[in-house]
Amino acid sequence: MRQLFFAVLLAPLVVFASADELQLDSANIDPHDAISMQRGARVFVNYCLNCHSASAMRYNRLTDLGLTEQQIEENLLFTADRVGEPMTISASRKDQRQWFGIEPPDLSVIARSRGTDWLYTYLRTFYRDEKSPTGWNNLAFPNVGMPHVLWQLQGSQVLKTESEEREGHKVEHKKLALEYPGSLSTLEYDKLTRDLVNFLSYMGEPEKTKRSQIGIVVLFFLLLFLVPAWLLKREYWKDVH
Amino acid sequence: MNKVKALLNWIDERFPLTANWKSHLSEYYAPKNFNFWYFFGSLAMLILVIQIVTGILLTMHYKPDASQAFASVEYIMRDVPWGWLIRYMHSTGASLFFIVIYLHMFRALLYGSYRKPRELLWLFGVLIYLCLMAEAFFGYLLPWGQMSYWGAQVIVNLFGAVPFIGPDLSLWIRGDYVVSDATLSRFFAFHVIAVPLVLLGLVAAHLLALHEVGSNNPDGIEIKKKKDPKTGIPLDGIAFHPYYVVKDIVGVVVFLMVFSAIVFFAPEMGGYFLEYNNFVPADPLNTPLHIAPVWYFTPFYSILRAVPPLFDSQFPGVIAMGLSVMILFLLPWLDRGAVKSIRYRGPIYKGALALFVVAFLILGYLGTEPINLWGQFGSWLSGAERATVAARVFTVIYFLFFLLMPWYTRIDKTKPEPERVTS
Repeated sequence: MRQLFFAVLLAPLVVFASADELQLDSANIDPHDAISMQRGARVFVNYCLNCHSASAMRYNRLTDLGLTEQQIEENLLFTADRVGEPMTISASRKDQRQWFGIEPPDLSVIARSRGTDWLYTYLRTFYRDEKSPTGWNNLAFPNVGMPHVLWQLQGSQVLKTESEEREGHKVEHKKLALEYPGSLSTLEYDKLTRDLVNFLSYMGEPEKTKRSQIGIVVLFFLLLFLVPAWLLKREYWKDVH
Repeated sequence: MNKVKALLNWIDERFPLTANWKSHLSEYYAPKNFNFWYFFGSLAMLILVIQIVTGILLTMHYKPDASQAFASVEYIMRDVPWGWLIRYMHSTGASLFFIVIYLHMFRALLYGSYRKPRELLWLFGVLIYLCLMAEAFFGYLLPWGQMSYWGAQVIVNLFGAVPFIGPDLSLWIRGDYVVSDATLSRFFAFHVIAVPLVLLGLVAAHLLALHEVGSNNPDGIEIKKKKDPKTGIPLDGIAFHPYYVVKDIVGVVVFLMVFSAIVFFAPEMGGYFLEYNNFVPADPLNTPLHIAPVWYFTPFYSILRAVPPLFDSQFPGVIAMGLSVMILFLLPWLDRGAVKSIRYRGPIYKGALALFVVAFLILGYLGTEPINLWGQFGSWLSGAERATVAARVFTVIYFLFFLLMPWYTRIDKTKPEPERVTS
């Protein structure tokens, strides 16, 4: 136990941050685009919400995106009976650990921990890898436990490593190439993942757009309040010499 | 009107209401030359109130249970009406509390506010700062994210570095072999009642000490030395109420604008106020690659990391980190300068203070980054981490500011203090 304590104590001293040099692509999402988030919600409940839960998110919260409860019930309510329930899943954690070697994380706040650019890059950089148990690997998340769930849409990519001599050093570039196309073009797939990331970002903090709207009102009020506060101070301080 | 007066009389015969109002507000005479740096005392009180009120509201919905804590925070963020606002006010308030307190302490360094006769006032202040650190540390575990968990693990393990009793000590603090539900429950108890009680008592003592000796001012001279012979009121003093009350209201509004800008537009503050990794639920089996404390602890964390281990023990680093805070207690007796205020100090103190601030800021920055931040030196320094070497240099500067103070403040060429305060 003592060794463990020191190992943990020293962990920040010896562990290097991962030397991941992957350039993330900009997700470039529009948090005011409700239609994009609706499309993202559809992708999410169809593809993600079987293994991943989003247990902090209630179905009827999707009314934020301009959907009615009836629309949600008819089109999106797959894993619960009532629209007031959260987006949980029925797969047991124990089974999942056996299948994937890891419990698929809850995605409620995934956009807040990973960031939207990372998610956008991650969803688009799966490639075939015979050495991995699932047959898939990922540039943003090496040796990821998740297979490429959207492969029928994107098609399958392969990793090509090009090396070049630069100033006497061998520099390696990793590049993905589409081997078999999926049902969507690259452009359409990028758009679909952007919608999905937009939805995940919304789900991470549903109040986000409301928060900044209220913030403007609050700041405006404080700015107005500053005027009488300042005048009051000036009036009183006329006595002070 | 007469009825109000009668009621006041009735109270005054039983409780010193008017007497206290006078001695602490309407007839407490503060120097008239307070500048920008004197806003932060009242602002710290404001934040204390914000933290207590939002904290009480959070306690109504938060679950101090390892299996529910993370989810209950998200419940507050989504299902509790205005819960997100309460939570962001509390998390932003924590960081701003430290910013305001650091500026408040820096003011004391600028104008020698810890010097005689304000030594006890300073000691109470440092105790408040220690309480605040404890409060922040205990509170940071409560969201039960990865950084909460592993931050607490690292800090509790620091006690494990104490020779002989260390492992037992850290076991006793945690109440378990790893940070667990037992740890969460006791940290919750400390965060919501034990430390706040002590904190409030210390704030009261801090204010009583202040009103006993009177406020210092940017000139560092005692206004009580020059009193109006008839009224006995200091010639350079003005009543706290109304003059400083109306002035502090302006400060409060400006502060609230900054506060609101963060709460409503950038509550994560780029990962400094709410760390991104803390949106991942605590996982005892998965150590994050880079464990960084929240920004307000990073200068001291840097000092901890900078000190090399001795006989495979981190104890020297732990001692250095402890001393780096404790040394603040000695400040009133380390400073031997002829004058209090930086306005009349010589170039040596000004340079030393500037260097100290730079060291504190750089140590703070280094504490947020992994030690391989700037890569390594070549073989001539056997591949030492550049950031570690920098942290060592600035750690030495940090301590020298205090340790050499008795000497350099005495030989410093000071200017004569004025008789009366200048504006």
